[in-house]
Amino acid sequence: MNALRKLFSFHGGVKPDYHKEASAQTPIAVPPAPTLLTIPLHQSIGGTPHPIVKVGDAVLKGQRIGEADGMVSSAVHASTSGTVVAVDLRPLAHPSGLSVLCVTIAPDGQDRWIDAQPFDYRQASPLETRDYLRDAGVVGLGGAVFPSHLKVNPGKLGRLETLVINGAECEPFITCDDLLMRERAVGLIRGMAIMRELLNADRVLLGIEDNKPEAIAMMRKALTQAPDVAAHEAIEVVVVPTRYPAGGAKQLIRVLTGIEVPHGQRSTDYGVQCFNVGTAFAIYEAIDLGRPLLSRIVTVAGNVERPGNYDVLLGTPMRHLIELCGARPGTDRLIMGGPMMGVTLPNDAVPVVKATNCILAGTPALFPPPPPEMPCIRCGECAKVCPADLQPFELYWFSRAKLFGKTQEYHLFDCIECGCCAYVCPSRIPLVDYYRFAKSEIWARERDKEAADEARERYEFRQLREEREKQEKAAKLAAKTAAGREKAAATLAEAEKLAQAPVLTPAEDAKKALIAAALERARAQKDAVQPGNTEQLSDEQRAEIAAIEARRAEIRAMAKPHLPPDD
Amino acid sequence: MNNSPYFLKPASVQAVMLRVLLALVPGIAAYVWFFGAAILLQIVLASVTALAVEAAMLAIRGKPLGLFLADGSALVTAWLIALTFPSIAPWWLTVLGVVIAIAIAKQLYGGLGQNPFNPAMVAFALMIVAYPQLMSQWPAPGAADFAVQWQAIFSTRQLDAITMATPLDALRTALHTAQAQASVAGVLGHNAAIGAVGGKGWEWVAAGYLLGGIYLLQQRIITWHMPIAFLAALAACAGFFNVYDGGQFAPPMFHLFTGGAMLAAFFIVTDPVSGATTPKGKLIFAAGIGVLTWIIRTFGAYPDGIAFAVLLMNIAAPLIDMSTQPPVFGHKKR
Repeated sequence: MNALRKLFSFHGGVKPDYHKEASAQTPIAVPPAPTLLTIPLHQSIGGTPHPIVKVGDAVLKGQRIGEADGMVSSAVHASTSGTVVAVDLRPLAHPSGLSVLCVTIAPDGQDRWIDAQPFDYRQASPLETRDYLRDAGVVGLGGAVFPSHLKVNPGKLGRLETLVINGAECEPFITCDDLLMRERAVGLIRGMAIMRELLNADRVLLGIEDNKPEAIAMMRKALTQAPDVAAHEAIEVVVVPTRYPAGGAKQLIRVLTGIEVPHGQRSTDYGVQCFNVGTAFAIYEAIDLGRPLLSRIVTVAGNVERPGNYDVLLGTPMRHLIELCGARPGTDRLIMGGPMMGVTLPNDAVPVVKATNCILAGTPALFPPPPPEMPCIRCGECAKVCPADLQPFELYWFSRAKLFGKTQEYHLFDCIECGCCAYVCPSRIPLVDYYRFAKSEIWARERDKEAADEARERYEFRQLREEREKQEKAAKLAAKTAAGREKAAATLAEAEKLAQAPVLTPAEDAKKALIAAALERARAQKDAVQPGNTEQLSDEQRAEIAAIEARRAEIRAMAKPHLPPDD
Repeated sequence: MNNSPYFLKPASVQAVMLRVLLALVPGIAAYVWFFGAAILLQIVLASVTALAVEAAMLAIRGKPLGLFLADGSALVTAWLIALTFPSIAPWWLTVLGVVIAIAIAKQLYGGLGQNPFNPAMVAFALMIVAYPQLMSQWPAPGAADFAVQWQAIFSTRQLDAITMATPLDALRTALHTAQAQASVAGVLGHNAAIGAVGGKGWEWVAAGYLLGGIYLLQQRIITWHMPIAFLAALAACAGFFNVYDGGQFAPPMFHLFTGGAMLAAFFIVTDPVSGATTPKGKLIFAAGIGVLTWIIRTFGAYPDGIAFAVLLMNIAAPLIDMSTQPPVFGHKKR
């Protein structure tokens, strides 16, 4: 069936050494629980969940400990049973080493589950299903950790043409998806079938790179043996050529369907949606088994004695895993993710999170320090390999020159930071660093600009208000002095007579007249003053006067409803 | 500690430049075979000068010497100057050309990657304007006595025995001076410097450059766009006017295999630093050079127009790039 399918090709891409064999030799192992689990509350794109446990609480495995903060957020759970020993700030698995709120649990070793109940999505409304998935903490496990419940939505078309399941796994060293497909094919297929129903998709295409023959065979075998024939007829395993970054969501969608989803647009508007295989399996576990996302498969590779894949409880310190795999001397860094897009970790105590698909123990021999950066010679190698069809060297020149407007004109934000350009650059320029720099500068400037706009608006409004208050005060003062005498002179009878007038009370009438009089006086005064020294003015002064006049006109316009008609 | 990607493809500017030099070897071999070893002398002279000038300029600019001397870019410029200047030119002409190319056209603009003009072509253009006579004395095929060539380069110049007008020169002189009597066929048919398709001997040198160019294409150091667009535009202009009036306009093959056309197609037009970079831009850029070359060759005052054509298009390269940006992912019209 695959032979008949027409595949498309994305532009560019590279073929680095894959180094996948080492970690793909042994089955997925379950490491023993560590003595402490540190579970960061913020593990997905979006809002940070609120802690709903406190120190001393006993928690069960699967118990929610962090409640989603709004719609764009995802809950977090206790990965095993035990006691909460701390709710405090701890360093995050991020190069910045920033700290986030974490719940630290001392496992009791009994691994006691909550009462896990399957979720009957067929009886639930789409909204209920999405809320359930949010509370089950299901997020994209390909590394982006976007809350999945937001994507389990066919969009405005109401149905999907193609649901793409991403088993390409194009990053070197990483084999967690490969092993998942080999060992958990049945559950994965069930997950895909559930998602197909939820998304109302015509067909499901599971894309796997052709360097994973075992996974392809296992998935095909599992499909033919699947009990739910009707659902599985719509699922197809598609072998795609191995070329980094074929596992990029947009690249895989392009390869499988020919559709290019532009930056910043919803893929559902184009009739497609893409999920990682790990996410599909997590959805199966959440819906059919009632189990929230508590663990994930992590590849440990690089400078370790026993590289392999582990089903790791979220919150496990990375050191625990590295020691389990036999740490070798000489490791100078830990990388989370692959060598093309991974991030260097601040230390080995940071916990495994939902985004941790791989931990790489790096050595100078494995990842040598880059040779000195040379000037760009505009050879165009980077443009040849860019999967987003960008001109990376132009972005580099503009970023370097801090011409950020130009970088945006040249589609900086379409860059997926896959690293292909830097990988091939003969001048060894860390191109992606330049794009990260430009992007963060642009974000910072946008924030600054927003803040400045807000401040300016506040300032202008204050000026306006002060000027208005000044005028009102002047008018009031004038009214007071005049009205004092008038009031004294007015007899009760007159007042009674006036009171019979249906529209205006005497006080109001007098006040209005007085305000008008005061304003008239002010205007006359202004007119008298104005012609004085307007002959020899500089342009700036003229502009200033014009601006002041404009502001006055504005104030007059504002005051108008409260005044009697002028003419 | 660096950020991702953590490992890189083994590639370097040096590797690129060395392969360009390697690709020049077949053409140089043919050059030596037909015109003697003087060219080797010029290459050595130009290379030594280039490295010395580059080192001096880098030192003045406070740049790391080892890193930039080893990148090989100065050597490529030096070899191109040696190959585009007459091989029996006096030594100081080559040295002066290299100094201009490296010191002014390259380093004063900021060194590697920063030069808006092709350094070798800047040197050629300046020298042919300043010393038109010396820049037009090319060796005659077969007159390859090294002693005489050595003498021509380093001491007294008794050139009558060893020089000959190049085919382009002969053709232009005849057509421009003899007026109505001369025809292309007449000139080309009765000239000892004319070979099967281009200049005698020169056509083989051009074939050598073609071979080297194919190697560069195979190595993916250059793309097909520029050589094909340049040669096609040159051939198209020549072909059109040759059909229109075969007596006044030389045939396409003559244009392709004389002068510096083949060298330019694969080694000069393709300079990435000073040229256009987008696929469409490369086509426009190189085709522009082809058309300008034909115009200058046919109507201009200089024997070959490639240097001027390249410099003129260098000026246009940024504009060409700006207006030919390819659509990015997701924004293509279909």
